[in-house]
Amino acid sequence: MENWSLFSLCVLLGLTSRWAVSFHSYSGAGKPPMFGDYEAQRHWQEVTYNLPVHEWYFNTTNNDLNYWGLDYPPLTAYHSLVCAYVAKLLNPEWVELHASRGYESHSHKLFMRATVLFTDILIYIPAVLLYCFYFCDGSSKQKVATALCILLYPGLILIDYGHFQYNSVSLGLALWGILGLGLGWDLFGSLAFTLALNYKQMELYHSLPFFCYLLGKCIKQGLTGRGFFQLAKISLTVLVTFALCWMPFLSDPKQPLQVLHRLFPFGRGLFEDKVANTWCSLNVLIKIKTLLSRETQLFLSFALTLLFILPSSLKLLSKPNLWQFKLALVNSSLAFFLFSFQVHEKSILLAALLMFFLFVFFHSMLPLLVKDGLLLPYVVTSLAFLFLSLYLLSHLTRTNEPLFWYFPFHFWFSLVAMAVLSFTSVWLEPPAKFPDLFPVLVSILSFLHFLGFIIYFNLVQLMEPQRKKSQKKTN
Amino acid sequence: MAAPMTNDQSWFYALALGVSFLKCLLINAYHSTDFEVHRNWLALTHSLPAAQWYYEATSEWTLDYPPLFAWFEYGLSHIASFFDKEMLVVQNLNYASPATILFQRLSVIVADVVFFYAVKECCKCLREDKGKYLLGKPSFILTVLLLWNFGLIIVDHIHFQYNGFLFGVLLLSIARHFQNRHFEGALLFSILLNLKHIYLYIAPAYGIYLLRCFCFTQSNADGSLQWRSFSVVRLVTLGTIVLSTFSVSFGPFIALGQLPQVLSRLFPFKRGLCHAYWAPNIWALYNIADKAFSILGVKFKLLDINKLPKASMTGGLVQEFQHSVLPSVSPLATLVCTVLSILPALFRIWHRPNGARGFLRCLVICALGSFMFGWHVHEKAILMAILPLSLLAVESREDARIFLILSITGHYSLFPLLFTTQELPIKILLLLLFTIFSLTSLKTLFRKGGALLNPLEATYLLGLIPLELICEFVYPLTVWQKTFPFLPLMLTSVYCALGVTYAFIRLYISLLTCSDSTKKIKTQ
Repeated sequence: MENWSLFSLCVLLGLTSRWAVSFHSYSGAGKPPMFGDYEAQRHWQEVTYNLPVHEWYFNTTNNDLNYWGLDYPPLTAYHSLVCAYVAKLLNPEWVELHASRGYESHSHKLFMRATVLFTDILIYIPAVLLYCFYFCDGSSKQKVATALCILLYPGLILIDYGHFQYNSVSLGLALWGILGLGLGWDLFGSLAFTLALNYKQMELYHSLPFFCYLLGKCIKQGLTGRGFFQLAKISLTVLVTFALCWMPFLSDPKQPLQVLHRLFPFGRGLFEDKVANTWCSLNVLIKIKTLLSRETQLFLSFALTLLFILPSSLKLLSKPNLWQFKLALVNSSLAFFLFSFQVHEKSILLAALLMFFLFVFFHSMLPLLVKDGLLLPYVVTSLAFLFLSLYLLSHLTRTNEPLFWYFPFHFWFSLVAMAVLSFTSVWLEPPAKFPDLFPVLVSILSFLHFLGFIIYFNLVQLMEPQRKKSQKKTN
Repeated sequence: MAAPMTNDQSWFYALALGVSFLKCLLINAYHSTDFEVHRNWLALTHSLPAAQWYYEATSEWTLDYPPLFAWFEYGLSHIASFFDKEMLVVQNLNYASPATILFQRLSVIVADVVFFYAVKECCKCLREDKGKYLLGKPSFILTVLLLWNFGLIIVDHIHFQYNGFLFGVLLLSIARHFQNRHFEGALLFSILLNLKHIYLYIAPAYGIYLLRCFCFTQSNADGSLQWRSFSVVRLVTLGTIVLSTFSVSFGPFIALGQLPQVLSRLFPFKRGLCHAYWAPNIWALYNIADKAFSILGVKFKLLDINKLPKASMTGGLVQEFQHSVLPSVSPLATLVCTVLSILPALFRIWHRPNGARGFLRCLVICALGSFMFGWHVHEKAILMAILPLSLLAVESREDARIFLILSITGHYSLFPLLFTTQELPIKILLLLLFTIFSLTSLKTLFRKGGALLNPLEATYLLGLIPLELICEFVYPLTVWQKTFPFLPLMLTSVYCALGVTYAFIRLYISLLTCSDSTKKIKTQ
């Protein structure tokens, strides 16, 4: 069968599972007064449509920042504005100022889900296809299999189409950035990544590798000659993109500051909810949240993040090739996730973008998904994804050994542990003394995995073990 | 490079598991009144003694399947009591708690295991299974065409029915005939008839085939009948099998003297010529012609508008209607037409049987013939022709061609079943998935010998795209949506009826002109 038909079948399967997941509940469904992320996105459409630009990020009588105030960069706001225009055409009640708070209806849900699908098809899916086509080693069958696995990754599907968010936009743009760099189109890559950054500030997790890679590449080309011009062009692209995105906010110096204040809420404390990062896990043993002052917390998280990100970035700076770049992306996002301030579960999606064993990350989102009533899609998609990726992996590695021996025992142990934990989280009642037992256990288990991953991937990147001849050559 | 021997069949399980996962994701999708129908049957078989099953009428959805299916529901109802006891109360009309939905959906998904087994058996019956790589093997293609059949997924797991389970029994029966295990095949078919009597449509094919190829143990060298080789033993055994199955199923009700009541429930001829959504059969074309003539007649003052019956034939309800210009059609007329349409095929396999494949072809023609000319046919019945045809499609070029036309048009004609906005992307995506796969895989399988579809056929199929755009997107935004709400349905039926008729004619031609290959007829 021709390639185009296989790829289109993958896309169709990916789209079908996305839309099928969207039938289920969303975050905060039927839970006044605050509802959830779904209501937040609807509210941003309401705010951006009805209020002038200079009021979007400020606390005014018309804009109560305590009720899901905008806390993403301007590009999200513009996206919400465009959606709001469409919403207004379909049913003005959806974006009525104040009156539409907590609006929930079947047709509105369809509209919101459709907006996610639209941006997914526009941005994320083409990026995935191009990535698999150009940057995957192996036969065309392996490329198709990779595309299928990526498109069926449950984490992104459930967060975007279940819980409700637009991660596919920012991840898709970041992926376009990676594609650009991979194809040697540095300017296009920088442009795409800057746009991703202006969509969600979480992309900062990936920014250091981008920076180090480009800088390293320019240094290699000679800082006095071509390299300097290249650097200048890249910097100009980035600055102009930033300027264009932030243009409405540049008229008044208070504006950008307020936006930044909203984007980086250092007032909120080291963490919220039960996240699989260091602070949350550490908190189980030592109550650091109350023990240390906020300034110390900030400093500590900053220092540790930097510490963990430095080796990987320096290595990339010295050896700017694509393989290093990919590993650095993983390490950088893991470092940020594990150690930085105010991390949410969904941030792990950024690390997941390029990793192969994504299952752990997905599992760490279990408590959130159960809260949203997405247990059934969680079970189905994770089982399907696990089975599919293992099946394809075993087939395409052409090994004659049974699948069981191919993976080290701790892989299976982790899987069993995660399965058991999923089961107990849902079916058993936690003891009265520790009502949050299961979410915390999930977080700790995932954290230990992530810690293991970050050490492993750092070692891989820094030591560069003997790579097989079939792998891609340095560019 | 061939896959390692240990992985030889693993792709089958991968496909089966994959489609099961997809079905699980569709648990929350729209379900039609058929969901309530089956819930009601669970309730009445659980709460009432068997003597009252065919009399119970609290709900409008009375039991209209044969007794074996009622026993099947009875068995399910015991498992249902673990999920939600409230669904088993007959008075709880339209009860649809999350546990109820979960149970019913899961029961369909689990019952599909029968279908999986049947597909596996069918793959074993293929003549040759060579292929350069997995995706080009006929058994792989057949598995996908059956397991991932668009119509089956849509009708069973969204609309809600148990067709997967039933078609599993049918395909298993066919596979057994291919494997020369005729007694099992006959037994399975009798069981099938007692599960859902719509399969009576294809009973003639079974009857003639078994009589000709099984009861007459040998044929002459030129393929004609050898009267002396008649085996009474085989005939009697077959008869016993069939009769005992029927007696197990209907026996209790005959003993209670309820047979007339049961039959009246099973064959409700009060319903109209066309089902609510106009299956794309001959009568759809007939109705359109009648409408056209009546409009033209009024326009040219040949008819008196007051004498015409009210134009409500195109509403969405199930009622009896009269035609205005052309003669009205009665159930008897449709029966005669159906019988006439399948008679040539039956004669053909009597005179020149082509083994099991000839039988299968005749079966498909019977199914399609009764779809085309039957009384109160539902569009879902097209699946009875499409699914068995898949077996032939992976073996012969001409059949692949007919299959493509029939399956794409037949599947498209199922669209009106899912009319909700939420299911719109799903039905389009799944149809595209199935269509692209069937087109490309069959094209690759038969790439020697030019294009599979000629330009006219390709244009017709492509014409479905603008049809869908008009009916689903453009028309609802026009003024006519209020005055003629039935028009998209009518257009869909008529357009698809053309494709189905064309496939029927081609199938007949292929049956009547197929080379006898007398050397291949084995004596049994």
